[in-house]
Amino acid sequence: MHIADFTFYTFAIILVTAALFVVVARNPVHSVLWLILCFIQAAGFFVLLGAEFVAFLLVIVYVGAVAVLFLFVVMMLDVDFAELKAEMAKYVPLAGLIGVVLMMQLVLAFGTWEFSAGVEARLASPTPPLDEVHNTQALGLLLYDQYFLLFQLSGLILLVAMIGAILLTLRHRQDIKRQDVIAQMMRDPAKAMELKDVKPGQGL
Amino acid sequence: MIATDLSILTPEIVLAIYAMIGLLAAVYTSKDGLASTLTYVTAVLFVVMAFYIGVTGGGTRIAFGGMFVDDGFARFAKITILLAAAAILVISHDYMEKSDLLRFEYPMLITLATIGMMIMVSAGDLMALYMGLELQSLSLYVIASLRRDSVRSTEAGLKYFILGALSSGLLLYGASLVYGYSGTTLFSGIIDTAVNGELSIGLLLGLVFLIAGLAFKVSAAPFHMWTPDVYEGSPTPVTAFFATAPKVAAMALFARVVHDAFGGAVGDWQQIVAFLAVFSMFLGAIAAIGQTDIKRLMAYSSISHMGFALMGLSAGTEQGVTAMLIYMAIYVTMNIGTFAFIMSMEKDGRHVTEITALSNFSSKEPLKALAVLVLMFSLAGVPPMVGFFGKFAVLMAAVDAGLIWLAVAGVIASVIGAFYYLRIVYLMYFGAEEDGLDGRMGLVPWVGLVACAAIMVLGVFNLFGVDGLAEAAAATLVR
Repeated sequence: MHIADFTFYTFAIILVTAALFVVVARNPVHSVLWLILCFIQAAGFFVLLGAEFVAFLLVIVYVGAVAVLFLFVVMMLDVDFAELKAEMAKYVPLAGLIGVVLMMQLVLAFGTWEFSAGVEARLASPTPPLDEVHNTQALGLLLYDQYFLLFQLSGLILLVAMIGAILLTLRHRQDIKRQDVIAQMMRDPAKAMELKDVKPGQGL
Repeated sequence: MIATDLSILTPEIVLAIYAMIGLLAAVYTSKDGLASTLTYVTAVLFVVMAFYIGVTGGGTRIAFGGMFVDDGFARFAKITILLAAAAILVISHDYMEKSDLLRFEYPMLITLATIGMMIMVSAGDLMALYMGLELQSLSLYVIASLRRDSVRSTEAGLKYFILGALSSGLLLYGASLVYGYSGTTLFSGIIDTAVNGELSIGLLLGLVFLIAGLAFKVSAAPFHMWTPDVYEGSPTPVTAFFATAPKVAAMALFARVVHDAFGGAVGDWQQIVAFLAVFSMFLGAIAAIGQTDIKRLMAYSSISHMGFALMGLSAGTEQGVTAMLIYMAIYVTMNIGTFAFIMSMEKDGRHVTEITALSNFSSKEPLKALAVLVLMFSLAGVPPMVGFFGKFAVLMAAVDAGLIWLAVAGVIASVIGAFYYLRIVYLMYFGAEEDGLDGRMGLVPWVGLVACAAIMVLGVFNLFGVDGLAEAAAATLVR
């Protein structure tokens, strides 16, 4: 057994275990923490494949941003997870049955893994030799050249997400005071202050 | 190379730039002041683009290394989508304004969804497929919950979003399996993987997951659960949009995947699609019987209609794709007319959707009642309305492909389904005397309703040539 094989199986076993705990953990915060462990293990796979840029992306973006966001949302949501779990427990036997059937089918498929004929010729963008082309460079060439259309379309999708977030949440409230920068700058100090000469013993 | 590629995408690029300019213009003017104008401008632009697509470009052109395919099939689907979206925008204007929903984002999101649909029908690659699908779906999730103060509308949006994300997950898993076994995401590469009309078991599994994801998008049973709730909860114009353009896009995408990518193994997907067709037809026909809300009823009706369209597809022949395209074009026209009427259903100044409100409608508005009668007969597939010819085309395709049992099932489902369409007609003409609808219909929806009904009657002579166009379109897809 090579060291690579050993690392692969270690990552794989931890990944599958962690994924299982994401689903079965009682506390949703724990679920998110298990999910972070999943991401880190998956990043390990990418390192094994020689795709270090994707691995770091996974750690920085998914663990650093997405999972932390999840954590915030889960902690701030006022949802009774115990009740949800109880509701879910009713469907566990059926879900388990479907899961087992699906897993058997997948085992059947993966057990006889064979690429369809002529797969090498069809590979759209084979990985260039690692010692000549950097990960980032290879990805950049692919993303901004060959997959230019897809890249622009992702931009449009993000635009829709932005419009949607604004459309569904922005409220123009009339009953609050807003900062008016122009009015602030155009203020005349002479009119802003009034000096009162208060005579002793009289008050205003 | 890039200039040629981009020129093939001209309609999509024009629409995308228009959407961005429109958004900026609306943001810099008073709140929703431009919404009305933008709605009409968008509709006009859609029609212009449909015309542009119709007159330019012949033959098959591919862009970006095969990721984007512009062929007769895509053009037919795009023109249908653009015209349907334009019609819905124009018809829905009055309703949106009256219910205070006419925000400038509405026409812009419809534009972005339409771009997504155009990418979908032109997709020549699994990744382009997903991008188009996601652009379309994301826009639709947002407009489903456009009435954000209503619990029903937000629930509809959320439900659609979560189930849509689940189906996207299934679709992506299938796509990854297909990529894993075949080594490519291009449809033109995947089609070579079928050996002697058989797929390897891994590819077959991938195909099943892909079809499950697509079946969700066309709301075919057993992936239909979201449809009634989303149709009922969304604002009526949005429901009308859901029932028309996205259905055409998803169905065209379905046809493209099974023919362009898996055309070499018809036998492998034929039985899956036939199963979806039978299940959808019967579920749509039977579950609609108990519905009292016309929007829910239309949801089940659309499930049933998708079953018929899938029947055409399951034939796996050029004739089948032709039948499916004809069916979709007719289905869209019928739905535009019906929803133009549903949007005008008002009682005491409030929009209603209960079908009992239709009672005795014919004595008050004979012409409108007649138009609805024609549309209902057409939806039910009663000859001599055009709807019958759509059903006839798919049944013939199934029979010619040797799927006689499927055609028989289709006829039975169609008879069961006729019940609830005829019940609406019964209510309108023979319903008990009571306070029925009293709202007035705007001119544009009225024109929409009457025009669609007129098409259903006048189209019997030559279907306005749609069958010829569909035949030419299908010939470019099935090789």
